[in-house]
Amino acid sequence: MIDFTLTENDQKVLNAVREEGLVARKYARHFDENEHEFPPDELEEAKDFPPTLGLMLQRGPNDTPLGTMSMLLSAGQTWGDYSVRMRRGKGGLGNAALQAAGTPEQKQKWGHLTLAMAITEPGCGSDPSQVQTTAVLDGDEWVLNGEKIFVTTGCRAEGVIVWATLDKSAGRAGIKSFLVEKGAPGFVVAHKEKKLGIRADDTAAYVFQNCRIPRGNLLGGDESIPKQGAGGFRGVMATFNMTRPAVAALGLGMAEAALDFTREQLREAGFEVDAYGAGLHSQSAVVAKFQRLEALHEAALLTVLRASWLGDQRKPNNLEASIAKAKGGAAVREITQGCIEILGPLAVSREHLLEKWFRDVRITDIYEGTGQIQHLIIARQILGYGRAELR
Amino acid sequence: MISFGPTEEQDLVVEAVRSFATEVLRPAARAADETETLPEDVLQQAWELGFAATQIPDAYGGAGEARSPVTSALVLESLAYGDAALALAVTHPAAFAFAVLDQGSEDQKRRYLPLFTAERYHAAALALTEPTPAFDARALRTKAEPKGDAFVLSGTKSCVPLADRASHFLVFAQSGADAQDAFIVPRDAAGLVIEREKNLGLRGLPTGRLTLERVEVSAAERLGGERGADLRRLLDSSRAASASLLVGLSCAVMDYAIPYAKERRAFGEFIAQKQAIAFILSDMRVETDAMRWLTWKAASQLEQGLVATRAAQFAHAYAAEHAMKIADDGLQVLGGHGFIREHPVELWYRGARTLSVLEGAATL
Repeated sequence: MIDFTLTENDQKVLNAVREEGLVARKYARHFDENEHEFPPDELEEAKDFPPTLGLMLQRGPNDTPLGTMSMLLSAGQTWGDYSVRMRRGKGGLGNAALQAAGTPEQKQKWGHLTLAMAITEPGCGSDPSQVQTTAVLDGDEWVLNGEKIFVTTGCRAEGVIVWATLDKSAGRAGIKSFLVEKGAPGFVVAHKEKKLGIRADDTAAYVFQNCRIPRGNLLGGDESIPKQGAGGFRGVMATFNMTRPAVAALGLGMAEAALDFTREQLREAGFEVDAYGAGLHSQSAVVAKFQRLEALHEAALLTVLRASWLGDQRKPNNLEASIAKAKGGAAVREITQGCIEILGPLAVSREHLLEKWFRDVRITDIYEGTGQIQHLIIARQILGYGRAELR
Repeated sequence: MISFGPTEEQDLVVEAVRSFATEVLRPAARAADETETLPEDVLQQAWELGFAATQIPDAYGGAGEARSPVTSALVLESLAYGDAALALAVTHPAAFAFAVLDQGSEDQKRRYLPLFTAERYHAAALALTEPTPAFDARALRTKAEPKGDAFVLSGTKSCVPLADRASHFLVFAQSGADAQDAFIVPRDAAGLVIEREKNLGLRGLPTGRLTLERVEVSAAERLGGERGADLRRLLDSSRAASASLLVGLSCAVMDYAIPYAKERRAFGEFIAQKQAIAFILSDMRVETDAMRWLTWKAASQLEQGLVATRAAQFAHAYAAEHAMKIADDGLQVLGGHGFIREHPVELWYRGARTLSVLEGAATL
């Protein structure tokens, strides 16, 4: 049955996440202005907040399915703050890749580590087939050489999944992923990137200089090498079906915070911002504009929930994942830009967090595939085209 | 519990309606638009699908299935995929029937519902919109003044669907500064003048202008009788219904533009292979999804008896904006052919603009 209501159990978890988010938000400005500091793994207030896991476990088959729920939880967390969390969970993007492409032994061996994912290089971002980092087998060791940038959680991570090519002339088919643990010889965390937004977030640049790792650190094992075509590449790309809607959810959480702040300010100023259903002509332009942004938020969030719900039903959701990411990334830009326009000078003051949300959300239309890459994926699917027909 | 899964029964209904829309409505659409005439056989065929009758209780001669705004939303989208004007023509009687069913007095249900469970297509209409700039459904110019045991209606209504044939009109009027009521007015009421209109789009749907010059109706014809009716809810339902139709129309545009772009060549390749065109098409795919989920949300809130005002506004406003853009873009993808009446895209372009300003043309 088509239904958009949250159960009592769903609501309890979300309320708890929101309460934690409000606490985290108190630290948001500090870590934004002090970029070199890392937010703590656990806030001191955590002792007063039982872990939400208990509430999650109370949910059953009649509650919103887990994947869909996790989108709402992600949005709930970033509604508080993007970088500061009551408790920082383990795991990074690399963990998803390990689960998608690792052998059972590799999952067993490294599953407990927080793993970052290093794909982007100074000269290649959206087109990872152009990876220049090389991997050469030397006896029982792989030797890696190259540079990686924009590595999310790159400083904190205990290890990283690195994309490198065995044979540049082979294009995508030559690219394999390798697990490199921190401390491997020749692996240097060069610096923490300085950014427009999500400043407290740990984004690193790596250098691999004759970095030697054991032969067994090739993700998927030796048998992944002789495969013809881009099978291994696709395997890792499939990770994105899960992460793309989640990234949209992160942005939408911050956009919702921006809308909530704007609504509160308008309400205090006497605008009838909660009056819905009036003819558009009897509304003030400000309220009409605000409600339009609210509708946009709702529309984008629903595409995210749709993609994750399909995943919950174990149905294909590659197209819907890209729809969610494309829609979410574009929507949060328009929403936060629009909120600033509505509130005017008040909104650009660093006394409030709106200007920070405006900066923070901007990344969600870039990382995990830009909006344009998502549109390329969507277009190929609806047109029945491959990369040869639509470049 | 959040779910995007229609019931198995709804899946079957959608499948049946969708094939009716593509096999019967779509082929009849152009002629209906050109001649501004409704194909009577199509109306009767659609009537037999039982859009109104299935949700009317058996006490009044219907099939007695539960009222389901969600099912209605799915049906409207599917019908509008065929043609929006004909979709309105075949479902508009149900808008009248559902208003009586959901909000009418027992006496009104007994008197009017059997009209819609009969074998022959029967027309009745909602008269809501008015020919005034910046029309606002919450502040009507049409007035209802009490006079003894009756009400006197004065004002003008426009874009009233099926005005050429409706036996009764549900006329919305301002009955006080903040109060609105709806009244059932028979076609032959003294003081009621009906004129045929000619419109930009949806020409296959005959609409009319009603001039009410001190039309007197008995208090028993006030929707809901003595307790009146919740017209806000009716408006919410109408907005969500419009959104459903706009989703169907938008999907029709998208599914027409895609194969065209894959066949049309320019500069040595198909135009769909150019990102400038491909991204217009992918944007259609994104927005038709977004519109549909907003519409489903409003419909499901209506079904669950929740206040759906916010959700219905969002669905309608969003769908209106994006359907217009999609029809506009679809026309652009076809280029000159989009401007030629041999292709249906110009019809959808006019339809999108018309549909989004018609309130009360359909309900869920």
